[in-house]
Amino acid sequence: MAIRQISVFLENKPGMLETMTEVLAAADIDIRALSLAETKDFGIVRMIVSDVYETATVLKDNHFIASMTPVIAVKIDDKVGGLSNVLKTLSAASVNIEYMYASLAGKGGNACMIFRVEDEKKAEAALRAGGFKLADQETVAEM
Amino acid sequence: MERYYEEDLERASREDMLALQNEKLVKQVKHVWDSVPYYRNLMEKKGVTPDDIKSVDDLHKLPLISKADLRDAYPYGLLGCDLKKCVRIQSTSGTTGKRVVAFYTQEDIDIWERCCARAITAAGGTDEDVCQVSYGYGLFTGGPGLNGGSHKVGCLTVPTSSGNTDRQIMFINDLQATILCCTPSYAAYLGERMKELGMGPDDIPLKAGIFGAEAWSEEMRQDIQNTLGIKAYDIYGLTEISGPGVSFECSEQTGMHINEDHFYPEVIDPDTEEVLPEGSEGELVFTCLDKEAFPLLRYRTRDICVLSREKCSCGRTLVKMKKPKGRSDDMLIIRGVNVFPSQIEAVLLNQGYPANYQIVVDRVNNTDTLDVQVEMTPEMFTDNLGEIEARQKSLVDGLKAMLGLKAHVTLVAPKTITRSEGKAVRVIDKRKI
Repeated sequence: MAIRQISVFLENKPGMLETMTEVLAAADIDIRALSLAETKDFGIVRMIVSDVYETATVLKDNHFIASMTPVIAVKIDDKVGGLSNVLKTLSAASVNIEYMYASLAGKGGNACMIFRVEDEKKAEAALRAGGFKLADQETVAEM
Repeated sequence: MERYYEEDLERASREDMLALQNEKLVKQVKHVWDSVPYYRNLMEKKGVTPDDIKSVDDLHKLPLISKADLRDAYPYGLLGCDLKKCVRIQSTSGTTGKRVVAFYTQEDIDIWERCCARAITAAGGTDEDVCQVSYGYGLFTGGPGLNGGSHKVGCLTVPTSSGNTDRQIMFINDLQATILCCTPSYAAYLGERMKELGMGPDDIPLKAGIFGAEAWSEEMRQDIQNTLGIKAYDIYGLTEISGPGVSFECSEQTGMHINEDHFYPEVIDPDTEEVLPEGSEGELVFTCLDKEAFPLLRYRTRDICVLSREKCSCGRTLVKMKKPKGRSDDMLIIRGVNVFPSQIEAVLLNQGYPANYQIVVDRVNNTDTLDVQVEMTPEMFTDNLGEIEARQKSLVDGLKAMLGLKAHVTLVAPKTITRSEGKAVRVIDKRKI
């Protein structure tokens, strides 16, 4: 079950990220995971948030360009080799990873890795078969 | 069916038009000689007297004048009649630091407004239309010119002037405005705002727009026509000669008919100042054939364009000028290459970008830099960095092909480029030369 990530276009200049986080804070939105991909001129912020639709709405109202991207959130034991095991499963199934990043550790001590892959269905099937737990939109928001 | 405001003049035979121009010119040269010492002085220096000017073929003997002369003669030096006869001034925006003040008698205003009435009629306007004039009113000629033209045609005129965009839209809807007059950049902004408010081309009552006072590309025309669901007509003019309506577009949309019974055009080589044969590209020069208060002869416009006497499907015989590439004032010289903002605009719109852009020129380590800043749109945004970079590169390549120059492209967030209610500020030149 793919979950929705919010991707935001940001100009690469001082204050842009701050303005965006301020908008989210004012709307009482919790950022659960965040990564930033950037070039010299612009960047894309990728986030897992507590309320996807509210986030998309307040960003649009404040003239940010944002889109929703399907990603997979995999729960990983916080111990040596945890990530490596997930990657082994994905590569064995020939799943190509576009990018990935980690979320904050949740209440149960489990970390989550967020994966953007070419073929989500194939990746999910392989991970489930490998015994990994996937977070859904609600659990990822509460983790 | 094509309509004309002054059919006998707009469709005059070549012979009749020449006879009229010759008659007016001879009279006008005498008028200037007698009443404008500044120009008489220039004529004397060139050894020309009014007796040497018998027809438009002799025009080349007269001295050219330029914006520098207007500055020297500011404010009253080029006045062609008693101030008592003058009823109005208009003035240029002075964005280039050279403010021009032009004077008008009642008859001058009447001619100017009739020229604008021809433009509105050519755009399909009749006394049944509601014409919203969203050009600025005041010193700027845009508002007063189209306002007067609209009155002459008998349209219900809505003098909103520029600004207060949501109120503009309210009037367009509530009064069912059918004709909109403003700068093309403001038309694009009105379209953007109406789209935001959920209005599509079919919901907008407008059917025609008359847009001028700044250079705009064919791509921008298409864009405005599609967003507003109208036919967009170009109009050209300059305060020095009268204001908007020196020339105007007809339904063919392939150039603007010059009101040559009032403003006689020539095209010259800007360097040698020689008159060029018909069909050559060069600087446009105008002679006012019947203005009283500000009767400029052979005024250099700095606009680069081509004249054409090819038969027009609208039936007008008035000579046509192609859309100027831009004023030579607007032309940038970047690393020795001539660049017109309208060329950059054409590339942007071709690749699906909005007409909200800014051109920043600077000099770093003695080399000129060109940065084209354009707003990213939600439709173009993707989560994939590579795809956005590819888009950026394709824009750089497109600009390179158009200009022969490598530009840097910055994609900026929406709404960060200031929207203009009048003439858009497209260029920021930070070079200190």
